[in-house]
Amino acid sequence: MTRLHRLIILAVLCLGITSTASTAAVADEISLREIAAGFVDANFSGVSETAQALAETGDPAAAVILQALREGRLHWMKSDEALLIADRDGREMRLFDLFSEEPAGTARRRDLSKVTVNNAIRNQVDGLIGGLTLLSPDPEARRSAVTAVFERRDPAFLETLDQAIEQEEDARLRALMEEARAAILLADDGAPLEARLAAVATIEARGGQDALSTLAAALSEDAPPALVDAAAEARAAVEARLKMWGYAQNVWQGLSLGSVLLLAAIGLAITFGVMGVINMAHGELVMLGAYTTFFVQEIIRTSAPGLFEWSLLIALPLAFLVSGGVGVLIERGVVRWLYGRPLETLLATWGISLILQQTVRTIFGPNNREVGNPDWMSGAMHLGELTITYNRLWIIVFALAVFALLLLVLRHTPIGLQMRAVTQNRAMAADMGVRTGWVDAMTFGLGAGVAGLAGVALSQIDNVSPNLGQSYIVDSFMVVVFGGAGNLWGALAGAFTLGIANKFLEPVAGAVLAKILVLVFIILFIQKRPRGLFAVRGRAVEA
Amino acid sequence: MSLRALDRRSWVFLGLLFIIVVAVPLANLATAPGSWAHLPSFAVSLFGKYLCYALLAVALDLVWGYCGILSLGHGAFFALGGYAMGMHLMREIGPRGVYGDPVLPDFMVFLNWDHLPWFWHGFDMFWFALAMTMIVPGVLAFVFGWLAFRSRVTGVYLSIITQALTYALMLAFFRNEMGFGGNNGLTDFKDVLGFDLQSDATRAGLFVLSGLALALGFILCRVIVTSKAGKVLVAVRDAESRTRFLGYRVESYKLFVFTVSAMLAGLAGALYTPQVGIINPSEFSPANSIEIVIMVALGGRGTLVGAALGAIVVGAANTLLTGWFPDFWLFVLGGLFVAVTLFMPRGILGVFDRGGPVRPGAPAGLALRRKEA
Repeated sequence: MTRLHRLIILAVLCLGITSTASTAAVADEISLREIAAGFVDANFSGVSETAQALAETGDPAAAVILQALREGRLHWMKSDEALLIADRDGREMRLFDLFSEEPAGTARRRDLSKVTVNNAIRNQVDGLIGGLTLLSPDPEARRSAVTAVFERRDPAFLETLDQAIEQEEDARLRALMEEARAAILLADDGAPLEARLAAVATIEARGGQDALSTLAAALSEDAPPALVDAAAEARAAVEARLKMWGYAQNVWQGLSLGSVLLLAAIGLAITFGVMGVINMAHGELVMLGAYTTFFVQEIIRTSAPGLFEWSLLIALPLAFLVSGGVGVLIERGVVRWLYGRPLETLLATWGISLILQQTVRTIFGPNNREVGNPDWMSGAMHLGELTITYNRLWIIVFALAVFALLLLVLRHTPIGLQMRAVTQNRAMAADMGVRTGWVDAMTFGLGAGVAGLAGVALSQIDNVSPNLGQSYIVDSFMVVVFGGAGNLWGALAGAFTLGIANKFLEPVAGAVLAKILVLVFIILFIQKRPRGLFAVRGRAVEA
Repeated sequence: MSLRALDRRSWVFLGLLFIIVVAVPLANLATAPGSWAHLPSFAVSLFGKYLCYALLAVALDLVWGYCGILSLGHGAFFALGGYAMGMHLMREIGPRGVYGDPVLPDFMVFLNWDHLPWFWHGFDMFWFALAMTMIVPGVLAFVFGWLAFRSRVTGVYLSIITQALTYALMLAFFRNEMGFGGNNGLTDFKDVLGFDLQSDATRAGLFVLSGLALALGFILCRVIVTSKAGKVLVAVRDAESRTRFLGYRVESYKLFVFTVSAMLAGLAGALYTPQVGIINPSEFSPANSIEIVIMVALGGRGTLVGAALGAIVVGAANTLLTGWFPDFWLFVLGGLFVAVTLFMPRGILGVFDRGGPVRPGAPAGLALRRKEA
């Protein structure tokens, strides 16, 4: 295949004339047929060479043949050795023309022979197709083609790539193509040194794991030392940048874990922090919220599938009411008889947690329940080397929103004022006409309701099972103890500190050990500041 | 001194315990299978298990009932004792394991370890393992207590960090890299000091030993609570600050009683492992520890006898109900927590005591409430 010939083909492509009617294309078709004839009765290396030769024509029609080869549809007639695309259809084979892909009758299976491929050839062909579709009008096809070319670094694609770069209008795709070109130059010992050094810079600028592997693998053994050094430096730079992104990823995951902890602990911060009541059933109230979500989704699935996207928004108020209602029942039924006896409250609410768990297990069964993610909660976006999943992002937003809302309620509403009054001086509040019993029930209900909201969020990232609550209870107590009871800001600081600390320890120590280290750290921290980060000072503390 | 420490109720308890310790092995060994008086062998181990829980509950009552330290992590001390004994039993299997390695337990061979971790050395000697069943929990309790009491972590804060302690240990023991068999724990024991663990005689022997340990542990606790130090403990429970202002070193008293209690819990665990035949990380689960608390609360905290009684009642109810209605047990247990705290703050023995004079040993509900309110 001459260079001139290829230029002609490209010229044809540029004009957009790809139909078989064109004379140039017909000439092309003939030469493609000649090359493709190499597939007939070839062994694996023959098939491999023929595929390579086909790809080097740079003709999109070759891509069709290669695709057929890849899928195992390429056959030849035993009688006249004509190549065809054939699909099995019962006992017969339906035939298609190699170029027009128009039906070409049928044939018996024993009259045809298949061009067989192995995995090595499949991999090779994938790369070759990538090179051929660089000029495809479909941007997505071009994108995947350029990725394949970047990974294969085959000098044969260089000219097609140059052509593609020239006519590419999408700036981001063009950048990708430049990078693929750089990867090829880097691997090509025939290219001039300056071009290869520039290629190193281009790939360094690309960054990421694949740049690293390209820089490590692309150089052949007899690459000039200057280039080797440059590549090593570039690798160091890329690695340093990757490390920074690694930290950023840790922070992000830490924030995500922190928001989950915050959601689980913030209700506790109200009941434990504001009321001084240890509610061991808090985790189970979270679980009730998650099951409410499941229940809402079940109903939507059976009676109004169109509402599925809204299921979480529908579940939120319901979960608040369910968990809050159960909370009020717990407060009125049990907790109010135990005010001033925190250890007994702890035991009684633990008992309630067992009962709630078993109730849910009896009704919904012991297995995990499927809670679906709406579209706006699924998927991810990429920010540099960061992968940000939407469900985590929404949960962070949601946790902060709940936090802000609670602050508002406690600071700026009459019920919030009464809550704080009862907390600070029960007797005085009662004298001023505050119905303390009612305020207690509402405060406890508020904390429980927030647990229900947390359950809706957690149903999106965790298994919904009767044990859901248990897995959060120790962690959320740690958050409140660490942050300092009696202060919502403490819960916020505690949750995010513990979340980020956990995620930074994980790569070093492993997930379980990280958790243990954090627990040990809290136990030691309590020694220094027995009342947490944000301690409430004053007489009320020692009472 | 020890005789003066025992009141009439203690004697009744010890007498009943003696009868059980004699009668149960007799009913198993001296009667023919199928006779009406025969007790199946599994029941002997089961009752032995209750006695271990009873000892654990007595140990917890010592710190909670008399010193006001609600430990939600006593299961950790129990499990540590159990693991120490389990390590000895593993070493005693020797070359009879599945892989036939003369030194390494099966799970280590399975993990491709080529030598014994340093902390497994010495456990081939029984006396060393037995000492460790008490020393390890004792040291942990001492260090933990020293840190906690010194900085005056009290009340629910203490309860929560003891719970975190046992939770952290549970996570740690679940790891294979820890060298304690990971998820599966230690099991497949063959014999102890040459006695076959499957034989009826060994089971009966372990049962008698559990009864003996419970009796001795009980007497030790009685001696402590009736001594002068015991009075200070009750004072700490009822008015910690006041006791401190009177010049007592509250931390030292707490630390002493917490450590003793942890060692007793370790001993209970050591007797538990050979009778149950397995020790695994779930023994560390916070739920287990809190179940011990309800045993004490049900029997009557601050009575010691009540703790043992509660352990046996809850243990028996657990066995029977999980056998009859598996789904029902958690409802009963949960209901028990609520009912005991709401209606029986002084437990079963407290019900019997109603109307009688309030003795210094029993927690006076009113005094408690006034102090904590």
